Amino acid sequence: MATTTDIYPGRPYTEVEGNYLTHEKGILSWLTTVDHKRIGVMYLMCISTAFLFGGLFAMVIRWELFAPGATVPGLNADRYNQIFTLHGAIMVFLVIIPGIPAALGNFVLPMMLGAKDVAFPRLNLMSWYLWVVGALFAVISMVTSAADTGWTFYTPYSTTTQTAVIPMVVGAFILGFSSIFTGLNFIVTIHKMRPEGLTWFKLPLFLWSIYATAIIQVIATPVLGITLLLLIAERVMGVGIFDSTYGGDPVLFQHFFWFYSHPAVYIMILPAMGVISEMIPVFSRKHIFGYTAIAYSSVAIAMFSFIVWGHHMFTSMSPLSNMIFSAVTFSVSIPSAVKVFNWTATLYKGSIRLATPMCYALAFLFLFTIGGLTGLHLATLGTDIHLHDTYFVVAHFHYVMVGSTMIAFLGGLHYWWPKIFGKMYSETYGRLGCLTTFIGFNVTFLPQFVLGTRGMPRRYYDYLPEFQTLHAVSSIGAFIMGAGLFITLFCLLHSLKWGKPAADNPWGSAALEWQSTSPPHYHNFTKEPTVGDPYDYQDFKWDPKAEGYYKTAEGQGAA
Amino acid sequence: MGSESRGILQDSGRTRRRLTMTTETQAIDKSGHDHDHGHSPYLQHHFDTMEQQFNSGKLGMWLFLATEILLFGGLFVAYAIYRALHPEIFEYGHHFLDPVMGGTNTAVLILSSFTMAAAVRYAQEGKKTMLVACLVLTLGGACGFLVIKYFEYSHKMVHGVFPGKFYAPDDHILEEELMGAHGHGHEEGDGHHEEGHGHAAGDHEEAAHEEPAAAPMVVSQTPPAAEGEFVIEKSQIAEAGGGPEGLVGIVQQEPKMPKRPEKAHVFFGIYYLMTGLHGLHVVIGMCAIGWVLLKAMKGVFGPEYFTPVDLVGLYWHLVDLIWIFLFPLLYLID
Ligand code: HEM
Ligand SMILES: [Cu+2]
Repeated sequence: MATTTDIYPGRPYTEVEGNYLTHEKGILSWLTTVDHKRIGVMYLMCISTAFLFGGLFAMVIRWELFAPGATVPGLNADRYNQIFTLHGAIMVFLVIIPGIPAALGNFVLPMMLGAKDVAFPRLNLMSWYLWVVGALFAVISMVTSAADTGWTFYTPYSTTTQTAVIPMVVGAFILGFSSIFTGLNFIVTIHKMRPEGLTWFKLPLFLWSIYATAIIQVIATPVLGITLLLLIAERVMGVGIFDSTYGGDPVLFQHFFWFYSHPAVYIMILPAMGVISEMIPVFSRKHIFGYTAIAYSSVAIAMFSFIVWGHHMFTSMSPLSNMIFSAVTFSVSIPSAVKVFNWTATLYKGSIRLATPMCYALAFLFLFTIGGLTGLHLATLGTDIHLHDTYFVVAHFHYVMVGSTMIAFLGGLHYWWPKIFGKMYSETYGRLGCLTTFIGFNVTFLPQFVLGTRGMPRRYYDYLPEFQTLHAVSSIGAFIMGAGLFITLFCLLHSLKWGKPAADNPWGSAALEWQSTSPPHYHNFTKEPTVGDPYDYQDFKWDPKAEGYYKTAEGQGAA
Repeated sequence: MGSESRGILQDSGRTRRRLTMTTETQAIDKSGHDHDHGHSPYLQHHFDTMEQQFNSGKLGMWLFLATEILLFGGLFVAYAIYRALHPEIFEYGHHFLDPVMGGTNTAVLILSSFTMAAAVRYAQEGKKTMLVACLVLTLGGACGFLVIKYFEYSHKMVHGVFPGKFYAPDDHILEEELMGAHGHGHEEGDGHHEEGHGHAAGDHEEAAHEEPAAAPMVVSQTPPAAEGEFVIEKSQIAEAGGGPEGLVGIVQQEPKMPKRPEKAHVFFGIYYLMTGLHGLHVVIGMCAIGWVLLKAMKGVFGPEYFTPVDLVGLYWHLVDLIWIFLFPLLYLID
């Protein structure tokens, strides 16, 4: 074991030899690692790269829509279709779905359990390789003749278009398996690697949400797998299941697709909710309000998510099924609201510290509320007939996928950054990045709600002049948001080299991962962690010299 | 309690008995001796006990099997929908599948599942020779299954019974399967004996050029009454898309021959996809069994450590189980 030297008396900061980043060197030691922390970091790098590309495509889309008619030189309507397909497919399959579980979850999940690794470390590495292979297929599609179907691959267009749909679909299929194996790994880890004494209701809420997510990943993703296989079979040999030319039913594809993809939106949001449940109590210095309610609502969301897929097809189902799907869709918003109320109650009378992660958490609360509530407009049959396939839907899902999941991902990244890399970033730039992104985001997507209600259809290259002002505002917002993200990127990268060393527990969290050093030893803990209530902050004291918290002796007697 | 054997020291030097518990103390709990001794060489570093490792593997495998079931589930749903909406294509299509061969394959797989189960038992008992023998038998069963499947496939493909748009059966197989060997189909109420030789406009290209031999037999015009009825009652799908006329046809050489329903090709699409995906799983299973066999020959397994045999066994039973559903659903329609 490494030698541990205490620098400060209260021990908020320890230096350790053999931290996971440095104990082995060379690119090969990374590519063959089975250490969950390194795999998490590799995911982080790859997902960020994919996010950069997805973001650049988004900028092209917004530039094109800045004015009616052709705007970007050399971008015709067909290319535009390819660009938004690439944007959607990359963001959904490569970024948002794996984002929090595979990058942040991989890093902190075993540590929160006080374990040395996930249950199947080699499978974990394989998941990462599958991600890379899936990404390569997306690139193949991109450089040949990029698919132009939209990320939803709806038939019959996807079976007839001449673009490279198959590579993209194969990529999504492989990414699905990456996601399945991550989920499977996490379920087994949470079940079997918990130390005695760490019972289910002492788990940090992040683990509850990751667990609920993993269940969806394992149950829903295989259905996407078979759907995509059938789509390939349809394109290659016209089996006649989805393609009406051969006697198939295109709407059947939509049912299959949304049977996965609705649960998938909860694969995206649940981990985000988990991150928020970690950050809000820490920065309010207050025990989380309604632990059990939040824990159970994660499971409830996972259950409900399987029976609401029909709300994506209100325009192509019978009135009876529409009514049923509408009703269950409303019910799925209840557990989401339960969480929002509990977070708000946690904030109430807390001593709130507006550190960067907390800024993201508050941004999340605001944006998720808008995203969730507009979902209810769409779940209402009468209004959805009007809003379906308009910019209202685009705005809705960006509020939940970007405004909530992406923001929570960034928040979580800032929250665990000191642990992952052992460096503190500049709070000024961190907050500035958060604020700019937040403003940019709202300027981009609030006008889109208005555009949608006024009848601007989604996925259009051109539009009527009357929509121009709102579209232009939206585009300006997108560029502001892009700037915000670059500030954030700069802030984080800057800290790697010039950041101050991070204390073991800079935020004063009671969860287990903060009992390790920053960055952790490659076996995670040099000192065996002690299990307690993950949201009990009473005995933590701030050490201004080390800029970190330590646990006082009184606390140890009390529990 | 773990803390009895080893307390966890905190910064203050106090021991926490109630809540403090780590994975390592858990290891001590279960094995009852210090954790540096008595490790099986097969215990991976991040597990504390063999039991924990075994249980994790087992839970992981069960979850994986659940994903496999859901993967096939999509195909079963597609099957159910088409069977409900278009029972006629299943009644027609199953004549082309040989229940004797399918039945033999079912028996072969069940037997191989049995030898696999025996292999697990022998692994647990550490009986190396029997373990190896059972694994070889299982592998043999898997090979046998694939060989029979190969004959089934090739017999169909030789006669143009391909999935989907490549479906272009020749006269020979139609005669043989519908009139000959198995003898069903004669009594099948067709009531569609009307002759009609006009080729509808817009014959689907593939269908047209790939089945010149079948051309005289393909009657592209469905009797109007029958078609109208058909559309209203069963074919929502035709409404949605309207298939090319070329695929709409009645096979009629002699009056007794059952007609080929529109969308007959969908049956073969489903047949090839389901059995093909299953066949792929058989191949994967064979690789896994081969891997376990190599380990078994090295004498790795015994009462202490038999996880891979157990898990591969589980997987193999699932492959068997899926076939047990596929067989009646595809071969025994009547
Ligand atoms: C809180 C409750 C929510 C409700 C009631 C809800 C409801 C809906 C409805 C009814 C639609 C279909 C609109 C249409 O196409 O006409 C929709 C679309 C969508 N929602 Fe939500 N939603 C909710 C939360 C979420 C969350 C949390 C996410 C993702 C993180 C999400 C992502 C999406 C996406 C991606 C689409 C559109 C996909 C597409 O057509 O490309 N939703 N939502
Ligand atoms: Cu949905």
